Amino acid sequence: MTLISDHPTTAPTSVGRLVDRFEQGLDAPICLTWELTYACNLACVHCLSSSGRRDPNELSTEECKAVIDEFERMQIFYVNIGGGEPTVRSDFWELVDYATDHHVGVKFSTNGSRISTEVAERLASSDYVDVQISLDGATAEINDAVRGDGSFATAITAMQRMADAGFVGFKLSVVVTRHNVSQLDEFKALADTYGAQLRLTRLRPSGRGADVWDELHPTGDQQRTLYDWLVAHGEDVLTGDSFFHLAGYGESLPGLNLCGAGRVVCLVDPVGDVYACPFAIHEEFLAGNVRAPGGFTEVWRHSDLFTELRQPQSAGACGSCGHYDACRGGCMAAKFFTGLPLDGPDPECVLGHGEHSLAARGDAEPPKPSLDHSIQPRRVPVVMRDRRPDRTCDENPLASFDPAVLAT
Amino acid sequence: MPPLPPPSDGTAFDGSRPWTLHPQVSLRPESFGALAYHFGTRRLSFLKSRRLLAVVESLADQPTGHDACVAAGVTDAEFESYERALATLAESGMICEREAS
Repeated sequence: MTLISDHPTTAPTSVGRLVDRFEQGLDAPICLTWELTYACNLACVHCLSSSGRRDPNELSTEECKAVIDEFERMQIFYVNIGGGEPTVRSDFWELVDYATDHHVGVKFSTNGSRISTEVAERLASSDYVDVQISLDGATAEINDAVRGDGSFATAITAMQRMADAGFVGFKLSVVVTRHNVSQLDEFKALADTYGAQLRLTRLRPSGRGADVWDELHPTGDQQRTLYDWLVAHGEDVLTGDSFFHLAGYGESLPGLNLCGAGRVVCLVDPVGDVYACPFAIHEEFLAGNVRAPGGFTEVWRHSDLFTELRQPQSAGACGSCGHYDACRGGCMAAKFFTGLPLDGPDPECVLGHGEHSLAARGDAEPPKPSLDHSIQPRRVPVVMRDRRPDRTCDENPLASFDPAVLAT
Repeated sequence: MPPLPPPSDGTAFDGSRPWTLHPQVSLRPESFGALAYHFGTRRLSFLKSRRLLAVVESLADQPTGHDACVAAGVTDAEFESYERALATLAESGMICEREAS
């Protein structure tokens, strides 16, 4: 994402800092994630949506098309489609075509397992479809420990097919973990090899990610390394605004640097439930359902939860911190699923306040996701190898966007 | 997808020339102004005022960029800041020069 300028304007037409306006919400999301199915042929240990089995109540083809019609009416330029593994839906391509025919661009996240030569060629010929292939290790050893045996080879094969088909600029999407943070240069080299753009996102303690977050989230030193690497690579590397909690180190990373939950982003899940963000599949962040009267538009514009999120938020315990304007207290979902108060520091606060809060939690169990479509029982050790990994559990609030703010 | 044009494949803005919104760009009005999305480059821009939106929307119907500003009610004193905004849009390919009609 690039941001040309986000400074207060000096013209008489000034509307103040755009970020302040975004925090009050928009008529339609800037970026909407739509998870089409909970079915997945992998079972990644950190899957945000605890995917595995299809939910019997998932939206039908006709219901999906009605949702797309609504997106078109709301002028949602682009949706990020994920899952589960969205391509396992038998109507997946039909829905992609329907969306693009109705002026709704699509970026979909995939583990690559359905990217045949024929599919790659078809994708390469479309102007309105972008593809994001998930990989969580630059080597099979690191990747497959998280995403499952064979998943590295699958993703590499898919990238090779995309490159052979002439699709330039698809995304290689990586969730940064304690074990792959030392491979950032290798990921960049891999992306360059296949003509892809590297996208790094934050590991969230959401879905099955809650089970492995303690073991997989980057250490404090690693966060600093990551931040320096991101600053050095600037706009060459996308982050979906994932790492705004690192802004406390100094210079802000490219992006909007705000929590967009319910303000500029949201999630529609496979059964039509609308959550504040892709990392917050929990009843606490459930705003409504697209099947209810008024549909998605009503939920986005008038739901109690989103209305509340658009009110000024308390800085709480972070109010006295000089870095609050930079990090805005970090990620709501990361705090929630680690059992921290929403008006306090992010668990990965760069000043270490999050660690203190985590230590002070006591024995209270953090909230668990309300839904679980996992095939295997939860709480699987990261090193376990007999479990197939997952999907693209890394969808991010401002994922596909590349905003350039105009100072008039 | 065909290779994306480089992000700054646009041109410098000359207010005395005829301009238009790029055919692959959609505008969505918002309370602060508008969002502009370019389906070709996948870039999103924010137009920070309703008046700038009015200028951009009228570009194709006005003989020059400057005329579009005047038609939207931009005063001489404001023109420089609007010219800067239009220059940014031109640079990112959101607006482009058209044949004089």
